[in-house]
Amino acid sequence: MVRSDLQHEAHDHAHDHVCWGGGHAHAHHHRLEVSDLCVSYNEVRALEHISFATECGRSIALVGPNGAGKSTLLKCLAGLIVPDSGNIIWRGKRLTRSSHEIAYLPQRGDVNWNFPITVRGLVEMGRFPNLGWWRRYSDHDETMVKRALVAMDLMDLQDRQISALSGGQQQRVFLARALAQEAHVLLLDEPYTGLDKPSQEVLAGLFRELTKEGRLLIASHHDLQTVEDIFDDVLMLRRTQIVFGITKEVFTAANVDAAYGANVPTVLEGRF
Amino acid sequence: MAADLSSVPSLSDFLAEPIARRALLACVMIGFANGFVSAFVVLRRSALKVGTLSHSLLPGIALVVLIAGVTNWSLLAGSVFAALFVGLGSVFLSRTSRLDQDTSMGILYTTGFAAGLIILQRLNLRQKLDEWLFGSIVGMADTDLWIAFGISLVAVVTLVTLQRPLLIYMFEPNVAASLGVPVRLLNYATFGVVILVLVSSLQAVGCILSVGLLITPAATVYLLTNEAKWLFIGGGILGAVGSVLAFLLQYPLGWSVSGAIVVVQGIFFLTAYVFSPRYGLFAKREVQV
Repeated sequence: MVRSDLQHEAHDHAHDHVCWGGGHAHAHHHRLEVSDLCVSYNEVRALEHISFATECGRSIALVGPNGAGKSTLLKCLAGLIVPDSGNIIWRGKRLTRSSHEIAYLPQRGDVNWNFPITVRGLVEMGRFPNLGWWRRYSDHDETMVKRALVAMDLMDLQDRQISALSGGQQQRVFLARALAQEAHVLLLDEPYTGLDKPSQEVLAGLFRELTKEGRLLIASHHDLQTVEDIFDDVLMLRRTQIVFGITKEVFTAANVDAAYGANVPTVLEGRF
Repeated sequence: MAADLSSVPSLSDFLAEPIARRALLACVMIGFANGFVSAFVVLRRSALKVGTLSHSLLPGIALVVLIAGVTNWSLLAGSVFAALFVGLGSVFLSRTSRLDQDTSMGILYTTGFAAGLIILQRLNLRQKLDEWLFGSIVGMADTDLWIAFGISLVAVVTLVTLQRPLLIYMFEPNVAASLGVPVRLLNYATFGVVILVLVSSLQAVGCILSVGLLITPAATVYLLTNEAKWLFIGGGILGAVGSVLAFLLQYPLGWSVSGAIVVVQGIFFLTAYVFSPRYGLFAKREVQV
């Protein structure tokens, strides 16, 4: 009895910790504030004066032309690049390096999919912050991995090599890794690139679920047609910040023009 | 023909000699360590870098010999010196000019290699030069064996100890860093292990062929298995078995030892490339049908 109570408590704690089913209740503790961020890459300014604030439970699209600094911003939030100046405040604390509460999901094209590892093996990587170098893989670790696999509908694929996955499945494996990591914030680099229509719809559904459960999703996104359907908020970039706000309010023709200049993709003509 | 054969001691007579037994033992240790580490080189996709590094060992050794003379430790000391020189030098060059690190490394190692050749020739170390270029596993002394043993032990233990963070680092360094894996530390640790193992393969096959022993074994296993763990273990076993087999073959055939060691690895690889049930040439055809 006592033991099951303890387990129950541990369970609840896990819920709170991972935003897993946490909903909006605790969103106000889970604020991400970026103020006046400036970043250089090889002595070239990649980002200037980026400032925005958001919280768990939202999904944000980073939109802008190639080289606008979308990937740089994601890497900066993941703690992979040190900014020249400015602050990133996560849950009231200044972020100076990577945090296990923030998961980074690289572009699928940047990953060696021939790497000899199974779906489960990749998802288990997410337990590293908890396990460290040598700690034994525990029942709790196993539970978290399993939940992540179930949530991303990967149980049947768990023993499959990652090379034998479709693009949509690959993206789900990355998401499952982030869930196993118990991350609050998911930073995704071009998750929609190269996905067919059905996979895009599945992914959009998963994004909605993940944010409803209380996670914060920030993704670079190049398909301007689908921004409004998928994301709550938009941050438009062109090295500097064009605009940040609720998609419905700020995703306007004038702002898209400002971000893309004369190079607005032709598919959008007549949309606004 | 028969007379020729009888004038050379038979293989079993040869193996009874301490020199041959030492060489066999060295084949096992050096082959295993190189094969084991080759899994890292293949998974991290750094074969080219290792090739560069192996050639840059020669000038390092030459410099150490120039300063301190030939000792048991000149290989090790020279190699560490060379690795630091090329490793740090290329970073410095690329940071202070518009060249990238690969270009910088290319310039540094060829210039260094050439300078090393000149120094060693001027020092009248023709025979030593041959040994460092093409290996000298038959002439190994007890100290050399102990050094090889120490190197193998350190390399295998280091990689086994680091296996969990290492796996993530080899898969994707950015993901690793975001998970809190100490990427820079792993960078240095694995660089050190590769240098150490290169030193041992220098003894077995020389600096020109060392890359063969430090890439091919795991590349062969890569065509057979889907588990990173087996890449390491299998690479080690193939490295050791192949080297022993090569040593036993080269004697009756009269081949060069280093040549035989690397050719046997090449044959292993070709066999897997053609016949691997999953990733071989024939397997591919089945999939296409």
